[in-house]
Amino acid sequence: MTTVSMTVNGKSVSGDVEGRTLLSAFLREDLGLTGTHVGCDTSQCGACVVHVDGKAVKACSVFAGECDGSEVTTIEGMANADGSMGTIQQAFQDYHGLQCGFCTPGMVMSAAALLAENPTPSEAEIRHYLEGNICRCTGYHNIVRAIQAASGQDVAPVAAE
Amino acid sequence: MPKDHGIGASNKRREDVRFLTGRGKYTDDINLAGQAYVHFVRSDVAHGTINKIYTTAAAAADGVVGIFTGADFEGVGGLPCGWQVTDRHGNPMQEPPHPVLAQGKVRHVGDPIAAVVATSYEAARDAAALLDVDIAELPAVVDMKAAVADGATKVHDELESNLCYDWGFVEENRDAVDTAIKNAHHVTTLELVNNRLIPNAMEPRVAVGAYDPTNDESTLYTTSQNPHVIRLLMGAFVLGIPEHKLRVVAPDVGGGFGSKIFHYAEEAFCTFAAKQLKMPVKWTAQRSESFMTDAHGRDHVTKIELALDAEGHFQAIRTETYANMGAYLSTFAPSVPTWLHGTLMAGNYKTPLIYVNVKAVFTNTVPVDAYRGAGRPEATFQLERVIDVAAREMGIDPVELRRKNFVTEFPYATPVAVEYDTGDYNAVMDKALEIADVAGFDARAAASQAAGKWRGLGINTYIEACGIAPSALVGQLGARAGLYESATVRVNATGGLVVMTGSHSHGQGHETAFPQVIAEMIGIDESMVEVVHGDTANTPMGMGTYGSRSLAVGGSAMVRATEKIINKAKKIAAHLLEASADDIELKDGQFSVAGTDKSVAWGDVTLAAYVPHNYPLEDIEPGLEETAFYDPSNFTYPAGAYICEVEVDPDTGKVTIDRFSAADDFGNVVNPMIVEGQVHGGLAQGIGQALLENCAYDENGQILSASYMDYAMPRADDVPMFSVDHSCQTPCTHNPLGVKGCGEAGAIGSPPAVVNAVVDALQRNGRDVRHIDMPLSPSRVWSAMNG
Repeated sequence: MTTVSMTVNGKSVSGDVEGRTLLSAFLREDLGLTGTHVGCDTSQCGACVVHVDGKAVKACSVFAGECDGSEVTTIEGMANADGSMGTIQQAFQDYHGLQCGFCTPGMVMSAAALLAENPTPSEAEIRHYLEGNICRCTGYHNIVRAIQAASGQDVAPVAAE
Repeated sequence: MPKDHGIGASNKRREDVRFLTGRGKYTDDINLAGQAYVHFVRSDVAHGTINKIYTTAAAAADGVVGIFTGADFEGVGGLPCGWQVTDRHGNPMQEPPHPVLAQGKVRHVGDPIAAVVATSYEAARDAAALLDVDIAELPAVVDMKAAVADGATKVHDELESNLCYDWGFVEENRDAVDTAIKNAHHVTTLELVNNRLIPNAMEPRVAVGAYDPTNDESTLYTTSQNPHVIRLLMGAFVLGIPEHKLRVVAPDVGGGFGSKIFHYAEEAFCTFAAKQLKMPVKWTAQRSESFMTDAHGRDHVTKIELALDAEGHFQAIRTETYANMGAYLSTFAPSVPTWLHGTLMAGNYKTPLIYVNVKAVFTNTVPVDAYRGAGRPEATFQLERVIDVAAREMGIDPVELRRKNFVTEFPYATPVAVEYDTGDYNAVMDKALEIADVAGFDARAAASQAAGKWRGLGINTYIEACGIAPSALVGQLGARAGLYESATVRVNATGGLVVMTGSHSHGQGHETAFPQVIAEMIGIDESMVEVVHGDTANTPMGMGTYGSRSLAVGGSAMVRATEKIINKAKKIAAHLLEASADDIELKDGQFSVAGTDKSVAWGDVTLAAYVPHNYPLEDIEPGLEETAFYDPSNFTYPAGAYICEVEVDPDTGKVTIDRFSAADDFGNVVNPMIVEGQVHGGLAQGIGQALLENCAYDENGQILSASYMDYAMPRADDVPMFSVDHSCQTPCTHNPLGVKGCGEAGAIGSPPAVVNAVVDALQRNGRDVRHIDMPLSPSRVWSAMNG
């Protein structure tokens, strides 16, 4: 066991972990931040995407020990200071960009990373960027629209007829 | 103006807030004090005899609290099958036992052999590595036709053969169909494969078992679409726990698509072990386990023959299908290739004679059961493919051939036992042609050609039977369950309502849509209505969510219970207003006496029900809570027309879907936003089946597609923006909401549209290709176009 310390969603945390403890396990089991989901065991599905030092990272593919001293942001840290949902979260609700909600935390974290890099992505750029996030419910249609809307682009309202 | 309230409004989903802020409560988020963790040791061979299991070293490992093998379950029931099919000769299907942990033999890769329970997952896995299993590998049967050939190795030694059943439907039509096909002007024959799929809900399955010795009560938290069904099956048939001593909770569930209907061994194990070990026991599937333990879908091999007269009128359909059951019968497996498939072979068409033969086969593969659409995609695919081939063979436009044969008068009794209540198949076809801009296809094809690409257009219709299902009918058909749905509506003293439903939401948005119905009925705001689901302790016995049934059946139960509430509330209001109950009207949350200005508010009546000081106690009881069980009198029959436009790269065979248009008739719609989302998701799954997904086994029964590196899930850049429409509405005639269900349509209707489009692109460019089996990977398409 070694002790790791990091900042998670603005708070300093520390814990004792085995060398093999994944960041996803540390967040979920040790810190109780169960918004980060684990949907596969091969780093393909993207449900566990968090930000480590500002970069989108699959929390199942880094060890907790590797994040010692890092700034980590999870889905629980994406709301506004007053507790209301952030712009991307709100757009996902407004444009029905989620159904069962399981892939959603990873989708939101990836979308946030995309918009930080590319503030007004095209549809094709959004689809390409989400290559590492699998959704089984939405067919991606409304996820793409939610991200376009979150970036300030014009998007037709849902179910317009 | 779109509605902003009640039925027909695209209300934003209230459940989204917790999902978007990381506060969803999924089963893996549940951790009980003192819980242990189980790791299953699974077979890595498809077929073998277990000689010995060496557990001593594993049992001595750090943290291990228990090791279980099949021997520990000898006194426990096996996993039951919920549907018995009777074969062509009147005999029951062959039904082998399905042990919780393997007893003597393993029959598919992933079959659980032993369970190691320890204080952490890591300890359980470390110890499992010390557990040694001596297995004598046996030859595996994988190919269905080989499995039923003479002398084939048997999956179950105690059965006569690997044939589960040989089913004929309608058996009495067999000779007439044979004669019609023999004498027909034209017969189109097509052999095809409906590829095996793995459902892949994004949340892997999880089970947490707990036991309270103070009241001898067991609790199971599980990723289920139907917690009451699991309670009944596991309690009554596996573990012998009476239902009042067993609570099953399915909290937020991350997608199901059918795969979380069934009762699985891991659920029974965790419940059993928690009592044995006197500590909670938790199992969380690794995704690689999901691939080899979640029930798979589809896997049919079919020959279909369509007989037509000289004008193109359908005369008869004859099919022969081999349907894979896998190694054991999953909960509803026998029903999928039979009653959910054979009954849909009429499609949207007037075909007077139909005969469906299905041979269900055991193989050394993972069990196969219902997956989004369940039998109906298999029916739709073969029918809509053979019609397209027939159209080309007879030189008739594929749309015209379909229109010529559409059912146009309702109700319509098909020759395969079901009666369509309403529909307008020409209307959905017209709408699809319009939104797909088929008129502009030639110009787009020319532009593609100039860019070196081949463009193709694929069109088909579909019909499905959902709102599953009338209990009396399915009972005759072999179901060992009723298929009603339930709702309890509890009105609180201050006027708010709680709906406790037997259906279950795992992405469908019930918490948002159900209150829209009650708000409309009473004339109050949706925010006054809360939905409770997923816990057998606080919901009435219900059959859960699958077969696009939640609103059509569960919503109908809720309407019936709310009607009872309103009737009683009117009596209370009549007392308060000193009027006759017959004269009381309810509008916008106010009870008034017809023709007067006397009224009393909803909240005053609900308060009177619980503070009955001025109350007709001699006539009615205090309180305001009602339960209804709704058993539908028929299935519902959503239908639609789908159009796919593809570009094929002639150099590589890669198919790109340029546009996909879906015109559906779902009857009345409660929340259009949710309905469209359901269609989008279904389309992506159908496109996934058509272009990408395939569960592959080698000849030894090793599963080759057991990770997301090997099983091609549709990604965001594999699908286009969809054009969907549900404005053609012929309301269901037999449920109170006039709704039909929308959950499976996209997955049912889309695969033939994609394949029709690719074949069209190749034929337009001079390639004599009749059919390509799914998935239409670049190599398959390239091979087809290069002969």
